[in-house]
Amino acid sequence: MSEPTVSDREEQRLEAQTDEGAQMMRSTRGEVLGGDVLWPESDDTMILNMGPQHPSTHGVLRIMLELDGETILRSKPVIGYLHTGMEKTGEELTYVQGGTNVTRMDYLAPLSNELVYSMAVERLLDIDVPPRATWMRMMLVELGRMASHLLFQATNGMDVGAVSMMVYGWREREMTLRFLEKVTGLRMNHNFIRPGGLAADLPDDWREDLDELCVLVEHGVGEYADLLAENPIFQERLVGVGCITTEEAIARGITGPILRSTGFPWDLRKAQPYLAYDEVDFDVICGQNGDCYDRFQIRLNEILESVKIVRQCAERMPAGDYRVQDRKVTPPPRARIDESMEALIHHFKLFTEGFRVPPGETYVAIESPRGEIGCYLVSDGSGKPVRLHIRGPSFYNLQSLDPMVAGALISDAVAIVSSVDPIMGEADR
Amino acid sequence: MADDTDGPAAATAAPADDIAVAVVERFEGAVAHDSHGQPVVYVDPATWHDVAAFLHGEQRFTQCVDVTAVDHLVDDARADVPGVTPTRFEVVANFLSHPRNRRLRVICEVGDDPPTVASLTDLYPGVNFAEREVYDMFGIAFDGHPDLTRILMPDDWVGHPLRKDDAPARIPVVFKDDPAPR
Repeated sequence: MSEPTVSDREEQRLEAQTDEGAQMMRSTRGEVLGGDVLWPESDDTMILNMGPQHPSTHGVLRIMLELDGETILRSKPVIGYLHTGMEKTGEELTYVQGGTNVTRMDYLAPLSNELVYSMAVERLLDIDVPPRATWMRMMLVELGRMASHLLFQATNGMDVGAVSMMVYGWREREMTLRFLEKVTGLRMNHNFIRPGGLAADLPDDWREDLDELCVLVEHGVGEYADLLAENPIFQERLVGVGCITTEEAIARGITGPILRSTGFPWDLRKAQPYLAYDEVDFDVICGQNGDCYDRFQIRLNEILESVKIVRQCAERMPAGDYRVQDRKVTPPPRARIDESMEALIHHFKLFTEGFRVPPGETYVAIESPRGEIGCYLVSDGSGKPVRLHIRGPSFYNLQSLDPMVAGALISDAVAIVSSVDPIMGEADR
Repeated sequence: MADDTDGPAAATAAPADDIAVAVVERFEGAVAHDSHGQPVVYVDPATWHDVAAFLHGEQRFTQCVDVTAVDHLVDDARADVPGVTPTRFEVVANFLSHPRNRRLRVICEVGDDPPTVASLTDLYPGVNFAEREVYDMFGIAFDGHPDLTRILMPDDWVGHPLRKDDAPARIPVVFKDDPAPR
């Protein structure tokens, strides 16, 4: 063993100074997938940390990139910078309060989180929601999908240099959020879909607002398509960049638009219909090449499909209750509290103790804008869950980064991360 | 709660899932269960990897959508599944078959001395992050995982936050003194 050289010592000193060295870049590619074709002969590669404060990492994602010149050989996403222990918090909250917690996970599609949580609780309680609640939920979740994909158009455009897209995407998204605010009272983190139904009925003039919104969004999507879809500079940045095959995507647990971009038309709304998705008419948008451009096109066209579903929901919205009439699960109407002692007691019990859920476990999965969002819920018969686990699609989708950026340039990495559309609130929870 | 459970031999419950039955027939100690209409199989930790290999190969389960765990240390009343000896930890994997459009949940009871189970990363590379999360949050080790490190918590963190004996607010808040005036 020779004496440690100056550079060795320098390296150790730097490593001791910062904990950046603690996350080792292991050769996961070779071991997990077999074959490390891109591994160079020489060892002058460089490790570059992209993020967690990089503007194009959509929050606090850190990616360790191993570079040979400007070409990326391997990468490793490092997450956890936004970990706030939401699953632990979920064990401390009653089932009534739980919605406020899960809605903050995927903060760009909060309604999907609330829906999957509520469906899991309802399954453990063995209750069915009334038809109006089902259709309202479907409409709201599709509006959430529109808002999320519109924001993707904005950030994706900006990440690859189409800065004016930033303004356009946010504009239409804000219109969608304005409608959601009118219905739920909040722009985001609605806590509107609750176990047993919804928090309130639709406001009086929702139909006119919704029709107006649909026209606006359709017009907006037409504008984006004009601006970007055939734009040679935009295509140059995205076509053929960040390719992934169907087999690799499935093996790595990828769902949602990334899986569909590989030409595999898997959408839980069609494959395993929930709510009333089997009663509405819509198409599953599916790509061909599995590149960034396909993912852009899929999300763009999914907005239009969502508009289609929203229109059908508005058309066919049944009358009736918007939540189950079981006083153990949903609070009584405000007016009843003034005249009925029972109603007062139910109201009080519900908001102090919550309701009890029989022992059991269940996993419910739905299609969020980013892929399969699942809720694994375990109850022990008390008023709080033993375990509340959310299978966040972003958490799994981040694993697609390594095969997609391998061999690409650093500037492509920005486009690829953007096309994965990760939400760190959901990945880190 | 209705517990229409099948014993290992008799698949008597009405909606007996054929894949669950196939797993029960193939592996000793496996128990099929119907959890609110969803097929669940409880397996022995020793056969954890073999069951996954069976599902991955013969049964064409293409994706392992999720791996997570549950700590049952302080349950009031645990859901009782006949034929299953409850232990402290449960590792739960949700499998999805795209060609057959079916789901199956496989649960294994893991002891506490120390909790270890085989990693499924060689069959399903996508569980890499999930197993790291379970390791990070519950301290359950996955044998054969290529990179079993913490994923959400800092690397120098002590303890596993989602364990029931890892209490929240255990860490005292430290106030720093005002910096002295220059």
